[in-house]
Amino acid sequence: MKYVEEYRDAAAARHYAAEIARTVTRPWTIMEICGGQTHTIVKYGIDDLLPKAVTLVHGPGCPVCVTPVELIDKALQIAALPDVIFCSFGDMLRVPGTLGDLFRVKAAGGDVRIVYSPTDAVQLAKHNPGKQVVFFAVGFETTAPANAMSVYQAKQLGLTNYSVLVAHVLVPPAMEAILGSPANHVQGFLAAGHVCTVMGYEQYYPLAARYRVPIVVTGFEPLDLLQGIFMCVLQLEQGRFEVENQYARSVRREGNTVAQELVAKVFRVVDRKWRGLGGIPQSGLSLTAEYEEFDAETRFGLSEYSAEEDPECISGSLMQGEKKPEQCSAYGTRCTPDHPLGAPMVSSEGACAAYYRYRRLRTDDRVTIGDANRG
Amino acid sequence: MADAKTFRLQCPTPLNDSETVQLAHGGGGRRMHELLEKLLLPNFSNDMLLERHDGATFSIAGARLAFTTDSYVVRPLFFPGGDIGTLAINGTVNDLAMCGARPLYLSSALILEEGLPMETLRRVVESMRLSAAEAKVQLVTGDTKVVDKGKGDEIFINTAGIGAVEHGLAISPKSVRPGDAVLLSGDVGRHGIAIMATREGLSFESTIESDCAPLWAPVEALLAAGLEIHCLRDLTRGGLSSALIEIAEAAGLCISIDEALVAAREEVLGACEILGLDPLYLANEGRFVILLPARQAEQALHVLRDFPFSSGAVRIGEVLQRPAGLVTMKSRLGTERILDMLSGEQLPRIC
Repeated sequence: MKYVEEYRDAAAARHYAAEIARTVTRPWTIMEICGGQTHTIVKYGIDDLLPKAVTLVHGPGCPVCVTPVELIDKALQIAALPDVIFCSFGDMLRVPGTLGDLFRVKAAGGDVRIVYSPTDAVQLAKHNPGKQVVFFAVGFETTAPANAMSVYQAKQLGLTNYSVLVAHVLVPPAMEAILGSPANHVQGFLAAGHVCTVMGYEQYYPLAARYRVPIVVTGFEPLDLLQGIFMCVLQLEQGRFEVENQYARSVRREGNTVAQELVAKVFRVVDRKWRGLGGIPQSGLSLTAEYEEFDAETRFGLSEYSAEEDPECISGSLMQGEKKPEQCSAYGTRCTPDHPLGAPMVSSEGACAAYYRYRRLRTDDRVTIGDANRG
Repeated sequence: MADAKTFRLQCPTPLNDSETVQLAHGGGGRRMHELLEKLLLPNFSNDMLLERHDGATFSIAGARLAFTTDSYVVRPLFFPGGDIGTLAINGTVNDLAMCGARPLYLSSALILEEGLPMETLRRVVESMRLSAAEAKVQLVTGDTKVVDKGKGDEIFINTAGIGAVEHGLAISPKSVRPGDAVLLSGDVGRHGIAIMATREGLSFESTIESDCAPLWAPVEALLAAGLEIHCLRDLTRGGLSSALIEIAEAAGLCISIDEALVAAREEVLGACEILGLDPLYLANEGRFVILLPARQAEQALHVLRDFPFSSGAVRIGEVLQRPAGLVTMKSRLGTERILDMLSGEQLPRIC
């Protein structure tokens, strides 16, 4: 496929891997932020191509994984109501809250639908005036513009039966939380290419300077990642801590300003709880006063509801790069994609699910995990 | 299980033993296998069922026969490249073909929803007639039921089929041996994308048609060539990955394939890129895998390529002793990973 295959070329990948190996003189730990990048790394075995000195740790950039359980519980409660059509992106349906998951609500008769775009949900609201249509607005800065557009359109159309359950989170505050943690050992970042396509990368300059850490805006194909890792390693070896853009074919320094304006019109920045990480100041989005009538939490009287997450899941340490999935005692035994204990095992972008799907083999010379999976 | 309100994810078991049937239980993935293992196989255990093949083979009065059944609940009823009628005939014909049996007689049970336009039913029946003629099978018995409006989804069809086994081979996952070659009859994923595109109103530059087709002709030719076929499996729900995993698990062996050798059309790959899907897990209705001794692989490919529905046949991998029960794949970058069975159907990703 044109413009995709070029970025999966095996010879070029080996070339970059060799360049990285030639450049590295000591151990480095690099975190890729985005779950899409984690997925590519594990699916293509990118880390198998790297010298042992380079360790990749997987960041908090899976929107499904960081959505707090209480928001999922709120989604479940709304979706179970009669006369509600609850719309979500597909991989959110299997994520367990404390009350079950959306698939269960669907099986019990809830009208839960997978949509490919939030504007499809607006259309549903338009065509079903007798129903309340609720969209689960999950994601980072990447999905915020389209979700904002849906609210903007709903207001233009004068729809009173459309609302959004907002679970939006922002990348830079999470990076700051990781860097500011005393336990942090991340030395370089691959920033999430599509977040930067929307937001640009000016926000990262203060982070790079304050924490003396290189940040390379990186794409999602195997060669993007290898090149991003190479640029990061080169900076580390040379003692530089700059913001660089590997993903120039998609990302401009200032980002997509039209999208940013729309997001700023519809959403405001608020404190937000992250599954696994806890509360992070100024790290999420909520509707602005002009659009707060579209807030599903208020509309369905759920603003006060709260829930706690499962203490066994180590997703917090995982997303801060302190641990790898295999280091979790439940990984692959009590926690599998079919029976997830925590969100990183649910989403295909989650680090645990990616490890489980693509490399159970190497953590598992015993073959018992395959058996456990079957049982 | 614990009361839903107090249940706090301390233990995964309650999520495991779902109190209700979910779509994933019919999705061709891990959940469906659990249902088979825990509910259906224990209740109906017998040697034929435990073969875990697409159909059962047995002898009656000296004649070896194959017997299979399948239900069709596809939505939309009509899609590019076929409809529920073509699926209902070809699906059962193919399950017989995968037993190495010549498809002969089919039954058909129609469950119709009150209010279904007669014209829709006529179109479906006409498709069934044409598909049966193409596959050279006769529809010899049937049943029709009508349910109240709202209690069905336009049309459900069940077909069962009987075929004749005219060879002495034991075509089954249990016959697979280390060293066997793994052949794939053509490109993957077209049926899955054709259905999804129609269902969700997604349009692409060119229409992606389902690969729905009867597969007995190439199987018959393989048998006529005297090839020692160990196992056949058509790729339906769950796609290539799930079919290979089922074989590897039932055989207690490892199947190792090379990703670069598995073909998919540009349009299918493009749709997968957009939706975040993996073509290896997409449904097919006219593709199958053949496992046979490696020394016969070239001859088998030669035979397969003479037929329009298997003209793109290629060798994609081999069977190894270990790691038992797993499918491994060499990625395009030369690294190795495993293919895991999905829980249910693939879900489009957020971003």
